[in-house]
Amino acid sequence: MSKLTHLTLTEARDGLSKGDFSARELTQAHVEAVEACRSLNAFITETPDKALDGADASDKRRSKGEAGVLEGIPLAIKDLFCTQDVLTTAGSHILDGFQPQYESTVSANLWAAGAVMLGKTNLDEFAMGSSNMTSYYGGVENPWRREGSNAPLVPGGSSGGSAAAVAARCAMGATGTDTGGSIRQPAAFCGVVGMKPTYGRCSRWGIVAFASSLDQAGPMTRGVRDAAIMLRGMAGHDPKDSTSVDTPVPDYEAAMNGDVRGLKVGIPKEYRIDGTPAEIDTVWQQGIEWLKAAGAEMVDISLPHTKYALPTYYIVAPAEASSNLARYDGVRYGLRVQGDTLDEMYEATRGEGFGAEVKRRILIGAYVLSAGYYDAYYNKARRIRTLIANDFKAAYEKVDVVLTPTAPSAAFGMGDKMDDPVAMYLNDVFTVPASLAGLPGISLPAGLSADGLPLGLQLLGQPFEEGTLLKVAEVLETAAEFDALPQIIS
Amino acid sequence: MAVDKDTVARIAKLARIRIPEEQQEALTGELTEILNWVEQLSELDTDGVEPMTSVVAMSLPKREDAVTDGNCADKVLKNAPEGAHGFFAVPKVVE
Repeated sequence: MSKLTHLTLTEARDGLSKGDFSARELTQAHVEAVEACRSLNAFITETPDKALDGADASDKRRSKGEAGVLEGIPLAIKDLFCTQDVLTTAGSHILDGFQPQYESTVSANLWAAGAVMLGKTNLDEFAMGSSNMTSYYGGVENPWRREGSNAPLVPGGSSGGSAAAVAARCAMGATGTDTGGSIRQPAAFCGVVGMKPTYGRCSRWGIVAFASSLDQAGPMTRGVRDAAIMLRGMAGHDPKDSTSVDTPVPDYEAAMNGDVRGLKVGIPKEYRIDGTPAEIDTVWQQGIEWLKAAGAEMVDISLPHTKYALPTYYIVAPAEASSNLARYDGVRYGLRVQGDTLDEMYEATRGEGFGAEVKRRILIGAYVLSAGYYDAYYNKARRIRTLIANDFKAAYEKVDVVLTPTAPSAAFGMGDKMDDPVAMYLNDVFTVPASLAGLPGISLPAGLSADGLPLGLQLLGQPFEEGTLLKVAEVLETAAEFDALPQIIS
Repeated sequence: MAVDKDTVARIAKLARIRIPEEQQEALTGELTEILNWVEQLSELDTDGVEPMTSVVAMSLPKREDAVTDGNCADKVLKNAPEGAHGFFAVPKVVE
């Protein structure tokens, strides 16, 4: 039965509908895979009983002819999505014991489409990080290792547990959230596909908020078509999120016809950064050649404010976080550390409940929003954010999509960069600009580094043109023939 | 821009986060490094540029002003570290 875990989501969907196996069998195989990969620490909470009950219910629905678009597919959920009566931690001590009494819209959509929950995946605390090392529940190990080395590597972050679970064949897909690259960078590090949809495509309701003007949920899978199927199950208008967009969710798969002839692909010169390893450039050049061979036209473009994106992000995101995380006060949920007065209780609870990176960001946020600095930092950053969005608008008058590397390196060692916050932030140099502009992006595995680690390519698209992105990504996927397996299962 | 230990203590107070004395020094250095790094934004002229308020051009949807939720005090209090008589309980704030 172990082979069932090696199917793609698309293959499993087709196998289920042909009756080759049941949702129960498929789920059982994945429950066992989750147990077998515990050394990765990819899951904070496993929900095997819920999974098997869900699979049985799915088999019943199918026998009645009521199959949804994700009927019987076992998925992992990033532990940032509130799941009713199931521990939801956001990777933080401060949410100790929190059992939401409601279900996030995205996860509710997935269950309504027939999917089955395997458990809640590990993440950087409150999704703040690029290594998964800031989780209160400990780091996640990347299923991949360098050739000839046993040194454990990070899976990237913040959706590190989701990426690792999908790469290790524990789940057919997993939800991620992306604020500055938290879906795309771990997808690249773990050799899987990760898509951040356009801001507003998926509801944020019931997702623990980090930076509300940037946060967006998306699918992480092993194939581009899998991502198309899963996104269709996640997306949709939700009146409970006022920034959720009221436009129909297309059948993304239907648009994936492999035809990119005449499509204009922008190659931004600002994404060639000094000091980037040569193999990152090589994989990028390879992607260009693949798309050219498929009939697409490459266009050199400029996104002149690119270098300001990261520092802009590190003002905007902490500012929003400092406000969003004010709710963790020891009163309504989670941890309470006693104090003699109300203020002392707040300070003790938040001092003990938040980890170092979250504290740094709340303090930076409080600082840039404080009287006297608001204009110089926060408003300045919001103005530059407009300039960055305008760069993309101008580029999209000339091109349909933009092709870049996903991250400036392959996965790094667990514990590396931990003493240098700014070095850690540079991981997101290629993903943050599109986040600030609210644009959709997808990362797919495109090759291996010299020491055998996956490298990702990123495609960025125009607002709500996820279908175009998926189509182009599938063309790249077909050309790349990425079939390497991580050491943990090979 | 460099922040000093007093500034860190002041913003920690604003953010209601207790930072033990022995951690304040290291944190001061880290915050200074981050603020120095974002300082590069000042080289850009942003006069006349509108600050971004929303990445998607849409007006805030309105709904009828009606109660859509409620009568679920038990659920609201379910995760409270301390509750009493259907309310959240906090340390005494008035003598």
